[in-house]
Amino acid sequence: MTVQYKVLPGPEHYLPPSAASMGIRLPDPGQGHINGRIVPEEEAMEAAARQFLMAKVPTIFPGPLVLWAWNEKAAKKATAIRHLYETIKECITPSQKPMLIPMPDYRPKYPKIDPEVEINPNHPNLTIWHNKIDACMFVGVHCHQANLSLKIIRGGTNCYTIAMCAQAGHEDAMLSFRDATADKIMRLAEWVRKLKGSVQPSEN
Amino acid sequence: MATQSVIGTKNKKGQVFADPWHMMNEAPRTPCFFTGSEVIKEAIRRANVDVMIAYPITPQSEAAALIGELFAEGYIGDYFRGESEFAVMGQCAGAAFGGARVFTTTAGPGTMRAMENFPMWAGARLPIQMIVTCRGINSPLSIQPDTLEISYLMNTGMLVWHAESAQDFYDWMLKGFMVTEEPDVHLPLALCCDGFFVTHTKDMVNLTPVDMCLPPYDPYRAPVPCMDMECPPVRMMRDPFVMKSNYISYATHASWQQEIWAAAERSRKHTIAWLDGLIEVENPDADVLLVASGTAVSQGREAKVLLEEEGIEVGIVKIKVLRPWPHEEIREATKNAKHIIVPEFNVTGWLAKEIRATIPNSERVTGPRVCGGMTMPPEIIVEHIKGALGIKVAAMAGRGS
Repeated sequence: MTVQYKVLPGPEHYLPPSAASMGIRLPDPGQGHINGRIVPEEEAMEAAARQFLMAKVPTIFPGPLVLWAWNEKAAKKATAIRHLYETIKECITPSQKPMLIPMPDYRPKYPKIDPEVEINPNHPNLTIWHNKIDACMFVGVHCHQANLSLKIIRGGTNCYTIAMCAQAGHEDAMLSFRDATADKIMRLAEWVRKLKGSVQPSEN
Repeated sequence: MATQSVIGTKNKKGQVFADPWHMMNEAPRTPCFFTGSEVIKEAIRRANVDVMIAYPITPQSEAAALIGELFAEGYIGDYFRGESEFAVMGQCAGAAFGGARVFTTTAGPGTMRAMENFPMWAGARLPIQMIVTCRGINSPLSIQPDTLEISYLMNTGMLVWHAESAQDFYDWMLKGFMVTEEPDVHLPLALCCDGFFVTHTKDMVNLTPVDMCLPPYDPYRAPVPCMDMECPPVRMMRDPFVMKSNYISYATHASWQQEIWAAAERSRKHTIAWLDGLIEVENPDADVLLVASGTAVSQGREAKVLLEEEGIEVGIVKIKVLRPWPHEEIREATKNAKHIIVPEFNVTGWLAKEIRATIPNSERVTGPRVCGGMTMPPEIIVEHIKGALGIKVAAMAGRGS
């Protein structure tokens, strides 16, 4: 492959390729990736915080693995996610509109999803379009379903995607963490607070 | 829930749940003189398998029966015979959906009969391990070694590995569970060998300690919910995309297919670590390079010795992993070769076709091939190489030569 593929905000293509098929590899422990480039995790933390602070509609999409308290870790992560959301709210300007939209399950929704209350991996673009979401973070979504969503979003929207993955990460996101814990989510919230006031909201 | 927590504890048979890397790479080995079928049994004894489902078809029947003995001894959670190969593979899916580590064996027409299940396994992200002891598949039937069935498996979305020897088989079975159960992979594995050549011959095999076994499979790390009739992948089967004719359904299905092959791509990193590369290369600077998989590699090694006695230098590339396809490795290994010889035990020459599609100047790639259970004496490979080099040789078996 002579040209290095970059995982960038779309809309990319009618049917974009999976990033893995284009040679993008997942990070090792202690690393993250930005646009397919492997970086130290702390660099990814700062970049993710900047995206939240720049976005007009920074949004967190919590999935089933953190929406229900099926074990202690899930409950702790849910608390951390709520804390991150509240931190983003505190650190942005009144012109920005943060959202917290759940992905409660993976069933295709017929005849039509209600994009104001949920997102679905089979047609995530509908929720992104409806709410004009320009930066989002997936957390607590099963990896297969997250990849499905991330690729469809890259194909049809201009939304910047972040994955806070509890397993090996997601190369189909523009920015990905791996081995997510409640502490890691809290660290991201700290980065948002640390950068408060130093990042201007996007004008696009 | 986390596999790490059980390392060092014991299962009901008194085996210690070992760190897999230590068990496979550092723990002492015991040499044993076993048939390939017995080796399959010994690997499963140490694999902490929850469910094995069997159906008789030569040449895997013996291995399946031996694993039944393991069930009787208490090493496997459940074991039964299905109604047919098709039923077996469906039952394997059911067990894997339920969160079990699942193992099965098949061969030849059995593989073909069950074929519909394999893309379903891959699509549902089920890390089932299936041993394929390859044999003839066409009428008039032959139970003898023939690798044609591998070519059908290569586009199912499964990982496909091709073992050369019983030692490969033993190690790769255990390592296979480690690769396929990674959450970023989580795909089924077809671990193939050439029937009879590997299954029914005895060889020295170095076994890991019998009092060690792999830690249990952790379904909570799966990239899909382990069992939920209302959610994909199960939901997709009773309410599939094919029932909906709209762009969203098609786009989701397309993205889903891409994700299966993306998962296979992700297996490279883990497979390279566990198998020490997708290919093995010996003397890549030789003008003549033998590139093969399975027991054709062994025959190639014999041919190499014969040729070197005559002063003809030959290199060998052993392809261990067929899916994901090691295209970069093969391009690199073959870049200097003038003649690329691909000996195969099948009529279509699927491996040579794959290699031709991978490298520049593909006219460098030629046979020889046998099929239908014929053996491939190393002299056949020697004859072919001499022919490629323009060295005149007498025909080996031609009437009137």
